[in-house]
This record gives sequence, C-alpha cells and structure tokens, in this order.
Amino acid sequence: MNTGINYPALAVLVGLFLLVTVLGFWASNWRRGTGLASLDEWGLGGRTFGTWVTWFLLGGDLYTAYTFVAVPAAMFALGAVSGFFAVPYTIILYPIIFVYMARLWSVSYRHGYVTAADFVRGRYGSKPLSLAVAITGILATMPYIALQLVGIQAVLEVVGLGGSGSVIAKDAPLFIAFALLAAYTYSAGLRAPALIAFVKDTLIYLVIIVAIIYLPSKVGGWEHVFEAARQKMMSVNPATGNPLGVFIPSSQSYWAYATLALGSALALFMYPHSITATLSSRSRDTIRRNATILPAYSFVLGLLALLGWVAIAAGTKPIGLDGVPNAQLVIPQLFEDSFPAWFAGVAFAAVAIGALVPAAIMSIAAANTFTRNIYREWIKPDATHAEEANVSKIVSLVVKGFALVFVLTLDKQNAINFQLLGGIWILQTFPAIVFGLYTRWFHHWGLLAGWAGGMFYGTYAAYNVINPVTGTHFAGSLSLIPVVGQMGYIALTAFAVNSLIAAAITVLLDVVRVPHGPDETVKADYFADQGDPRVGKRIEMEDERLVRADSTQSRTQG
Amino acid sequence: MSHLESNAGAHAGYSANRALLAVAAVLLAIPVVALLWVDSYARINPTLAGFPFFIWYQFLWVFLCALCTWAAHRVVLIARPRRPLAGRGVRGKESA
Repeated sequence: MNTGINYPALAVLVGLFLLVTVLGFWASNWRRGTGLASLDEWGLGGRTFGTWVTWFLLGGDLYTAYTFVAVPAAMFALGAVSGFFAVPYTIILYPIIFVYMARLWSVSYRHGYVTAADFVRGRYGSKPLSLAVAITGILATMPYIALQLVGIQAVLEVVGLGGSGSVIAKDAPLFIAFALLAAYTYSAGLRAPALIAFVKDTLIYLVIIVAIIYLPSKVGGWEHVFEAARQKMMSVNPATGNPLGVFIPSSQSYWAYATLALGSALALFMYPHSITATLSSRSRDTIRRNATILPAYSFVLGLLALLGWVAIAAGTKPIGLDGVPNAQLVIPQLFEDSFPAWFAGVAFAAVAIGALVPAAIMSIAAANTFTRNIYREWIKPDATHAEEANVSKIVSLVVKGFALVFVLTLDKQNAINFQLLGGIWILQTFPAIVFGLYTRWFHHWGLLAGWAGGMFYGTYAAYNVINPVTGTHFAGSLSLIPVVGQMGYIALTAFAVNSLIAAAITVLLDVVRVPHGPDETVKADYFADQGDPRVGKRIEMEDERLVRADSTQSRTQG
Repeated sequence: MSHLESNAGAHAGYSANRALLAVAAVLLAIPVVALLWVDSYARINPTLAGFPFFIWYQFLWVFLCALCTWAAHRVVLIARPRRPLAGRGVRGKESA
C-alpha cells in the first residue's frame, strides 16, 4: 500500500467499467417488450426473464460486492462464526425459498403485484400493514445500497485512488461511477443490471477460481493456511483477555452459528431487491429451478470466505490510505499483493462491477416500493402506469443520491450499523408476507402489532450490543436469547417475539370479533402460472385501454 | 390420479397428491436440519486434503442440498401437475 496509483490495474478496471457502462445503456433495447411505460416493463423487465437470465440476475443481486468484501474480512478478523456462517446460510436459503417464493410469484403475476407490500395490501386489505412492510423494505435497503459504495471505495483505495487530496479529487471516481450507474438504470430499468450481471458473474467466477487455485500454493498450501488461521484465532486479544476469534465453533457458539444462518436465510428474500428479481422471472417454475442451480454461487462464496484465511497465511496487511488498519480492505489488498497488476485490475473490476448490479436492483426495488405503496396508495391513487414508471425512475435517482451522500458524509461505520439493523428489521416483515401466503388466520392488526414488537425488540437488543474495547453500541448482531439462555442472532429472536405477539393479538381480536379486512385473492391465485389470465382492477383497466387503443387504431387504418 | 382431477374446475391448479408433497417436504428439510445441527460437524477431524472436517463437510452440503432441492422439484411437479386456470368468469363465485 501507499505505493501510489497502480496504473496497469487501474487501466483494466476503467476498461471493464466502460464496457459495462455501454452494456447498461444498450440494455434498454434488450428484449424490448411492448414499449409501454409501466412498472412491469421498467421495474420488472417485462416479467420475461427465463431460468438462466434469472440465475445471473439473482446471483448478481444476492451475492453483492459488500458480501465479497465483508465475508472474507470477517473471516480474517474474527473467524468462522462471524464469517463462515455465510456458507450454511446461503445453502439452506434455497430449500427455504423453494417452499414459498413460487407462491409469491403466482399471486403477484395474477394480480399484477410489483412489491411485497402490494401483496400484503391485496391479501389483508390493510393500508397500515402494507405501509409498514413498504417502509421496512425501504429502510433496510438504503444502507445496503450505501454499502455497495463502500465495496467500490475499498477497491479504489487499494488501487491508490481517492484517499488523499482535495475533497473533489478524493470522491470524484466514486461519484462518476455512481452517476453513470444512475443514468443507465434510469433509462433501461431492470434490464440494465440483468445484462451487466452476465459480466459481473463471469468476472467473479474467473477471479475466485484463479485465486483459490493459485494463492494457497503460493503461501505454502492449505494445511499451512488453516494452521495460520487457527493460531491467529486462538491468540488472546489483549483488550478483552479472550481469544481473538473462532477457528471452529465451540459448544458455546453452536446457537450463534445456526441462528445466524437460519435468520439470514429467512430474511434475504424479504428484501425488496430479492423480490424484484424473483418477480421479474417468466414463470412460476423459474424460481424453483433456480433454487437448484443458485447454490453454485454459495460454493464460490465459501471459497471466497476461505481467502480471508489465506490472507492470514500470506501476512496481508490491510491498511487504508489514511494509515489506519481496516479489515474491509483485506481481499483487495491480498489481490494487489499477490497477482500481476493487470489481473489485480480484473479482480478489482469484479468487485466494483459486483457493486453496480445489486445497487441498481436495490434502487429499482426501493423505488418501486415507494411508487406503489406510498405514492399510489397515499398520494395519488389514480396514477396511470406511465406516471408510476416516471415516479419510480426519479425515486431510483433520489435513492442513489441519498446513498452517495450517506457514504461521503457519514462515517462508514454508520452504514454498517444500519445494514446490521436492516437485516433485523426486514425479517420482521416475514410473518405478514410469508404466513400470508398460506393462511388468513392472522389478523392484520395482530400482524402490525407483531411487526412493531419485533422492530422494537430487535433495535433495542442491537443497541445494547456494546463493543468491549471501544464502548460503542450496535457492535454486533448476537445477544442472549431469552428462555434458551444462549447467544443467538437478534433478528431471529425478534422474529419469534413478532410471531408470538401476532398470534396472541389475533386470538384476542377474534374473541372480541374485530372484522378481518377484505381479501382480493383466491386460493387458485397461489398456483397460477405463465399464460393464465390475469385479474385485478388495474390490469383490467390497462387491458381496456389497450383494447380501446387497438380499436381506434384499426378504425383509422380501416 | 383421476380421483384428484374430479374436483378440478373450481379448485383448478391446486389439488395435489399430499403424500408426494410430504416426500418433497422431507427432501427440503434434510439439508436445513443437517446444517443447523452444528454439533454434528464442528470438529477438525477427519481432515480432507488439509481441509478441516468443519469446512469440507459444509462444502459437501452445497452439492447434497442442490440434489435434494432438485429431487423435491421433480416430486412437486408430479404431485401437483399444472392445470391452466379458467378465464375471469370463474372469479367472483369463489371466495377464499
């Protein structure tokens, strides 16, 4: 580090970045649908993506640049419980989503739902519950977008850009990258990240496979890697008197490891960006077929996690341009130290482009949520499809602008804290969404009370996690599980609190006979597939409009 | 499966062979239970090519899990064959 700018790496990085920029702008012509300006087209790519496009899109969306930076960093700094849980998490994720995402696809296809809150609105007929789901989604997504920027920053910093000089010189590269991203997302919608995901995933696979074959032999083989990791994790942290980290979980951390994996797996597909990518697929079966082939990414993520331990054996020193050690830089730094400059450039491009795809999808998903569940629901109920698309496009810019300001003006730690909270919060929408796919037993006020209880408990418990060295709050995502008496993932405990409150209030409201809201769905909707007729007031309105337009056209032609 | 199709129509699309669905549920539960049971694999030995058991066992489950999910998918497709929904007229008479 501090060797100035790595020009060969920078040249490769800029070249690949320009390639995806061209692709992003060209994407508006890709698989062009009816040309109708609507959220289905701009925000869901026309719901036309088949198995492979969805595979790249979901892979590009779920396995973000921040994941690629943070998971090895956690392995490097704290070991298996903080880092390697990502592997069981992203394995059990797929049998879990296999169960309910096809249902969500079907009912959304049938009723033209674009967001999870759309479904909740239709299922329970409750505006407040739908709003709670929408706001939680937006709140959880914003810091996640900001963290994608942190991923790009880590790469730029290691290349030697952006650490010093005036404020403008410091942040200009990041600013330009994000402005380009915003521009092509604005014009091409979900088609842009879908296309760029091909480049992103190809680069990621290439880099990880090369790294995992080449690097361990360079530092003395896998046995040496694991021995170095074991020694580092066993060594005592002078500040706390405890071991520095975890090599292999001991009996005290079984619960932590399992609840982190389960809680994260349940939460991931509640994020708006996961739902957007799922709903953009062509058929009910696409997501289930993808549940079989997406684990390929989990394998790569596992290898990447191990690179955090390879960095221990390699003696990587992740020190920022400001001279402060920063574990987040460990993977870019390992690549710069060990690869020829041009290939380090390819690796950096993989991380940077890896940030663009999720950032684009997240901003689209947050914008869709705002448009459908806040703008249309509360501000302008008679908004046309074209108006909806326009509002979404503008909001996607606002969301990205906000993320940029967040990262440039606040301490990075804030983004990390908020993302940690976001994971806890988003799981609190699970009962309203997933339970709702199966049963109407829960009362919408019960679900809202449960949501509020889960949000409060989760936030409070996370606030009370205090770093023993620095004394700061939000120092982690584990706390004591009441009753069980073991350390566990706060999100999952909050989810249990949430479900219990929802059930209790439901029983209470049913006893005093508070009516449930109207349900616009029927059972068959949950099994609808591509080609089945679509229903719902708005779809019928749109169909009629098209029929009128058609007949006008044929009259003028005739 | 003709006895199942007797009530197609009003219930089109969702009548299913429950026994086969239960098989699929078990197939999907196997990887989840295996990986959440941390006690069963949090150990160093036996190592494989230098990898601790803890590490290579979880990598192995990437493939086993994909296999289970794939099998569950085949089973579900048999258990609940696709039945196209009728047009809009059917709605309104049904209620959930």
